[in-house]
Amino acid sequence: MIKQKIVLRFPPHIVEQPTIYHLIKDFDLMVNILRADINPKKEGRLMMELSGSEANYQRAVEWLNEQGLQILNLEQQIIWRSDLCTHCGACTVICPTEALMFERPEMKVRFAEEKCIICELCLRACPARAMETLVENASFQ
Amino acid sequence: MKVNRSIEEINSKIKSGKAVILTAEEIIGVVEEKGAVKAAEEVDVVTTGTFGPMCSSGVFLNLGHPQPRIKLGEAYLNDVAAYAGIAAVDVYLGATALPPTDPTNLKHPGDFIYGGGHVIEDLVAGKEIRLEATSYGTDCYPLKKIETSFRLDEINEAILYSPRNAYQNYNVAVNLGEKTIYTYMGILKPKMGNANYSSAGQLSPLFNDPLLKTIGMGTRIFLGGGVGYVAWHGTQHNPSAKRDQKGLPEGPAATLALTGDLKQMEPRWLRGLSYLGYGATMQVGVGIPIPILNEEIMGYCAVRDEDIKAPVIDYERAYPQREGGNLGLVSYADLKSGSISVQGKKVPTASLSSYAGAREIAAALKEWISEGHFTLTEPSIKLPSADAGISLKPMPQRDPDKGDGTL
Repeated sequence: MIKQKIVLRFPPHIVEQPTIYHLIKDFDLMVNILRADINPKKEGRLMMELSGSEANYQRAVEWLNEQGLQILNLEQQIIWRSDLCTHCGACTVICPTEALMFERPEMKVRFAEEKCIICELCLRACPARAMETLVENASFQ
Repeated sequence: MKVNRSIEEINSKIKSGKAVILTAEEIIGVVEEKGAVKAAEEVDVVTTGTFGPMCSSGVFLNLGHPQPRIKLGEAYLNDVAAYAGIAAVDVYLGATALPPTDPTNLKHPGDFIYGGGHVIEDLVAGKEIRLEATSYGTDCYPLKKIETSFRLDEINEAILYSPRNAYQNYNVAVNLGEKTIYTYMGILKPKMGNANYSSAGQLSPLFNDPLLKTIGMGTRIFLGGGVGYVAWHGTQHNPSAKRDQKGLPEGPAATLALTGDLKQMEPRWLRGLSYLGYGATMQVGVGIPIPILNEEIMGYCAVRDEDIKAPVIDYERAYPQREGGNLGLVSYADLKSGSISVQGKKVPTASLSSYAGAREIAAALKEWISEGHFTLTEPSIKLPSADAGISLKPMPQRDPDKGDGTL
């Protein structure tokens, strides 16, 4: 069994294809969609968790690549700039998954990437603007 | 008093490297173990710290005279409006000032990505700052327009002068409404989804000298990573606010006006902030040393988070409408635990003031004093305290053409 959080980037010409249907039907994967959006240029972005057998997962990845979809690691989409963070903690009540949490008794903010679902709420909730996203995500904001 | 120590005695111990200095956190266990008298005999100074957003902060700058000369009318620093209604090339830049082009809350909630606090942070960081200014021109100041840039080390003076810093206690903000609100207390989720507070509690300067027995005009302090001074009591100073038996106020009370030479400060402790839907401001690092003159002062410095209470206020209606009242008092120990109970509901808490930063400041100040180059000062005058009979006035609101009816 494998469980993987990924981001799929769809070029405009395949954004209308039933990709998820194939992932479930042809590769027997469980799909948990965390977030999906399409920008004005008709490019799609889908964040999801895939689980299933290792072999099926690898076949699915190959198939997705063949379709021209870009597969990115979900865990590197949101960046916590520890050099800019003042450790106030304002983000910790806004983050819906406790990826941003307050460690006690150190009273310091910690970012657990693996829990992040790229909701991007922290980007504007941080007064010191210590949360950043990749440049290529900017068009989806 | 069983212990009597003068500032002079403390300073001679500091200079000879014999002074005993603890932070406001470290002293708590010592007083609990040994009692205030014994602790006062052993400890000379307690250091405090706070690192929170402080909107009433800003800098006076003298930019030097260009050739030909100009009397600055409208002045912008990195597009942010500075106040030029003083002498020719003097300006005041406030932490919450914005560029005239900022969309503010036209698209609510606005981002307020760059304001006065950010300019001050960039200035202290040694970055190049753009100046654009216009003027009406006079015989003595003929220039009508200037565009140039400068760095901090190229101008004559840069004096941080903040009319209100280091608030003694503050509100805990919640939202009783049905929609998310965007305030200077951060983002508040509906139906009391979160409670935000802003004080270092037991480390905060004015909780360790609640009745202003040692802190006064001229007190030397840690300010923005450099050395600063208490200039006056702060605006909205409300020392006569309701207090408990230990002298601790149950809501916002005393405040301080602080000043210091910006050129020896650090950008780490003067941080520009963007509060979604509210505006720009600045996070300021302040640390004040408390001289242990006697066991009474030591007793105040032993204050613990569980002793200090703050009022929970609804920022959806009660605060903006100035209706008064609160939803109960909670302790800083509860606030720092991660959740509080308000009217039977468990509410997650978050701080806007950095406790880790406050700790670092108290430790830095302790080190400065230990090294012997930061000595303590006798205040030149005391600040109004609880017995001053000050009451906070609201803004008079009436028909300005009729006045208040008196001659």
